[in-house]
Amino acid sequence: MLTDKDRIFKNLYGRDDWNLKGALKRGVWDDTAKLLSLGREKLIDEIKESGLRGRGGAGFPTGMKWSFMPKDDSRDDRPHYLVVNADESEPGTCKDREILRYDPHLLIEGCLVSGFAMGANVAYIYIRGEFYSEASHLRTAIEEAYESGYIGNNACGSGWKFDVYLHRGAGAYICGEETALLESLEGKKGQPRLKPPFPAACGLYGCPTTVNNVETIAVAPTIIRRGASWFNSFGRENNTGTKIFSISGHVNTPCNVEEVMGVPLRDLIDKHAGGVKGGWNNLLAVIPGGSSTPCLSKSICDDVLMDFDSLKEHNSGLGTAAVIVMDKSTDIVEAISRLSHFYRHESCGQCTPCREGMGWVYRVMQRLVSGEADVSEIDMLWELTKQIEGHTICALADGGVWPVQGLIRHFRPELERRIISRKTSNSNLISKPETPVL
Amino acid sequence: MPKIIIDDLDMEVPEGITVLQACELAGKEIPRFCYHERLSIAGNCRMCLVEVSPGPPKPAASCALPVGDGMNIKTNSEMVKKARNGVMEFLLINHPLDCPICDQGGECDLQDQAMAYGQDNSRYREDKRAVKEKYMGPLIKTIMTRCIHCTRCVRFATEIAGVPEIGMLGRGEHAEITTYLEKSLNSELSANVIDLCPVGALTSKPYAFVSRPWELKKTESIDVFDALGSAIRVDSRQTEVLRVLPRLNEDINEEWITDKSRFAVDGLSRQRLDRPYLRFDGKLKESTWAEVFDLIKSRFSKTDGDRIAAIAGNQCDAESMIALKNLMTNLGSNNIDCRQDGAKLSSECRSSYLFNTTISNLEFSDAVLLVGTNPRMEAPLINTRLRRGWMTDTTKVAVLGPKIDLTFPVDYCGNDPRKLRSIAEGLDPLSSTLSEAVRPSIILGMGALTRSDGSAILHFARTIAEEYGLIKDDWNGFNVLHTAAARVAGMDMGFLPSIGGLDIEGILSGASAGTIDIVYLLGADEIDMSRLGDAFVIYQGHHGDAGANRADVILPGAAFTEKNGTYVNTEGRVQLAKQATQPPGDAKEDWKIIRALSDLLGAGLDFTTLGDVRARLVEENSLFDHVGDILSSSWDDFGSYGEILGQEFECPISNYYMTCSISRASQTMAECSKELFSQSKEENAADA
Repeated sequence: MLTDKDRIFKNLYGRDDWNLKGALKRGVWDDTAKLLSLGREKLIDEIKESGLRGRGGAGFPTGMKWSFMPKDDSRDDRPHYLVVNADESEPGTCKDREILRYDPHLLIEGCLVSGFAMGANVAYIYIRGEFYSEASHLRTAIEEAYESGYIGNNACGSGWKFDVYLHRGAGAYICGEETALLESLEGKKGQPRLKPPFPAACGLYGCPTTVNNVETIAVAPTIIRRGASWFNSFGRENNTGTKIFSISGHVNTPCNVEEVMGVPLRDLIDKHAGGVKGGWNNLLAVIPGGSSTPCLSKSICDDVLMDFDSLKEHNSGLGTAAVIVMDKSTDIVEAISRLSHFYRHESCGQCTPCREGMGWVYRVMQRLVSGEADVSEIDMLWELTKQIEGHTICALADGGVWPVQGLIRHFRPELERRIISRKTSNSNLISKPETPVL
Repeated sequence: MPKIIIDDLDMEVPEGITVLQACELAGKEIPRFCYHERLSIAGNCRMCLVEVSPGPPKPAASCALPVGDGMNIKTNSEMVKKARNGVMEFLLINHPLDCPICDQGGECDLQDQAMAYGQDNSRYREDKRAVKEKYMGPLIKTIMTRCIHCTRCVRFATEIAGVPEIGMLGRGEHAEITTYLEKSLNSELSANVIDLCPVGALTSKPYAFVSRPWELKKTESIDVFDALGSAIRVDSRQTEVLRVLPRLNEDINEEWITDKSRFAVDGLSRQRLDRPYLRFDGKLKESTWAEVFDLIKSRFSKTDGDRIAAIAGNQCDAESMIALKNLMTNLGSNNIDCRQDGAKLSSECRSSYLFNTTISNLEFSDAVLLVGTNPRMEAPLINTRLRRGWMTDTTKVAVLGPKIDLTFPVDYCGNDPRKLRSIAEGLDPLSSTLSEAVRPSIILGMGALTRSDGSAILHFARTIAEEYGLIKDDWNGFNVLHTAAARVAGMDMGFLPSIGGLDIEGILSGASAGTIDIVYLLGADEIDMSRLGDAFVIYQGHHGDAGANRADVILPGAAFTEKNGTYVNTEGRVQLAKQATQPPGDAKEDWKIIRALSDLLGAGLDFTTLGDVRARLVEENSLFDHVGDILSSSWDDFGSYGEILGQEFECPISNYYMTCSISRASQTMAECSKELFSQSKEENAADA
């Protein structure tokens, strides 16, 4: 278990002061100029060595991402941009919210350090529109940082000019996708761009841009301060460090908690969330990483470790590490159907499989809830999700069909039971048109 | 050059092309809906998926993926087939499949590709989506339920037409293509979205439920509604032209045509002169060829050659003009003119009346000065070239003339024609802009050349061209933008007053003063008929318009779709228009009428076939032999020094939709005129 001295987010629960005074007490802005004096190369190397993987869901190695930013500025006079994705809208996920609320300076310091590492003088923070008080805290924190000279024309006295701008979104889930976020930031309709070119080559306003999650940026200064070896001493290879887990659903004490990567799911639920309601045996399923990851059945939950690779082995993913616990009182089909509704609603409508497919999936799911379907349609639905997955511009559709795939993978008997029971109990109503009595 | 493998075929392809283009080079067919080579890449239909390794284990959209060295591309693997099949299924689930009542049927990309890549049944059991129609004006009919959201129309409107008035509202399943405020598209090129639409969502409103594509006779021809000579295909059924579509011609129209070219043809079956007429007691009476020829003979026999004049109209074919020219010469008249609008152009130096830069090179010009012209009205496809130059950051356009909206920002220099002289004399900042440019050019419109000081304007424009590097070994930036399709051919063959002859102004004032007794109007409708005085007017043409209204004798001729004719466009490119239908009623091909008349008047012309007429044309000017080409023409002295008047330039076209007898007879153009012309007038009023 993570000890208090190793926590990066020391004010995750807001027990302490969130503004500058409190942040200084917690060690934020502690000689940040010294971190910058290490130089761009060293900073990126340190992050690479720490094994930090993006905390926004996809888990791409952060150091590598930063290293994609052009290094030779002499041939290219385009500015570099750091864009922080604070458009946290994934159902079940609420980790960035707590950082923005209670430790905004950690993020701003992270912006400076990582911005410096990638040669950016400007950071844009794109914050979810619904995060009103979070945006207000962040704005205050940015003003405080400017006033104290931590950012601005001579950030922390390092000689590096650094500006931070806050931009509030308007409530579209798709704007959390990095290129849609850039479009939205540019004032256009939030629709994902085609890749390549990747943002590091051609991003915001056509300039080299790195888009990172709030948590990824917020942990960077601490990693540099305490060293890569400290950070990668937690967790397993390729899955190092600490991570904020959001635990919600049928647990006794839902919470956000910073834990080491690879903590057993059962430990996480039992120790931090007060256990599953009605005891571990009352567990039905867990969605381990936010609404877009496939659910896990209880037998997997018994011993699965919460990190990228181990969840991938079980055909799921760590995602944003938002654990949604469902006990046996849950109508799992209805629950997943609700997620399908969400993704159908949030599809941007740009590319065909997602635009047309998500509605189709949702409608079939709706019928499966009441069993108003044919058993063969379960296979059709599976095929349908495979027809959507991997055929779209962005990953929204993938995330939209994975929960359905998880449902079919682990709860097919339940789906069949509903169909059959509806057919038998309503045989007079249902089966007549299909099998006319001769 | 990257080396790649496409379906086990080793290839070396040019740097920077996309996988889809590489596959096309390899002769592989890649299905697509959203991709269009003249529009930006959207990558949203997902139909062009191919398997690419190395890369993620999923199919990639070939339209948006640049080729890289060592790529192994499979266009027909199991994965690709499945992906296409899946996308096709998704496209069809919400498509109404109302092909039997859809105008796109038979020429529908969705139909064709569903046949090739789809499956024969649907697994979709849910309710289909229905979408409300959107109003897009009198030309475009919308059935938005059929839309597959490829966004070609959105990109065309934004990028090519320059009117960002189409867009997608809503998201997900509820995404809809719309014109936002549901007004007509304020563009002269709007109807090209009909061709671009791969399904039946945007179809032609005037052509709705008229015909199936396989019932039509397709004739490849040339457009005459402006002076560009765009390549068109005339689709006809029996005696009627039902629609006009663009053909590909990279040098002129690429694959677009203007709304007028496309839709004015319904005027071909209205207001037609389908039999000869005679004026009797002040009223036109139906007559016969024999009767009108007798009358003409009696009038000519009483009249000396120098009291006869002929004026050729804007849409005449070269064959009829040469025939008339020869007839007039044989009758002893030098009073002929093809410059109805009185343009002060002369035929001595061919470069002086041509669009020398050529249409396709215009987009490479880095500084363009427009003088007294509004290309958006006079030649919308010239404007798209200028717009492309602006979009690629190549071209800067300056405008001297009335304030106009070209769909892109221009440097407006006011409307004082005398400014041209200060530019020529280096007293204006524009002088240095032009001389610093690598490929500068100037475009003179008819608004500048039809004035009484047209010759002086020509002189100063030539000075500018010579002083500021517009004329170089590999570049000629001096351009005259004509508005009449027949004009350049007329100039080339010398349908102009020869020594001692009267020009248009002379003819008209002669007719008013009574020194001209007979005026032969060959399709000439754009002159001031009230100035013809008491002259005996013969009108030969196809529409009952201004000329016919004034005429004493009407000889019914053929419109451009009813005869094989030669046209020379504003660049000096010789092109052939082909006959699609027969002239209506007793109407005849124009050169044949003149040929028949010549015998009667004892001024026999020596040709009997179309081949003979064309040989006459070549005899007159050998360039008529070079169909499809532009012959280089030498640069010489032209224009004459004089004072430029202070009177402001006026654009020659006030209403784009009504510029000739055909478009004035067209119901569709009348609707456009009512809707769009009044709309733009309102906007101007609101701006002012």
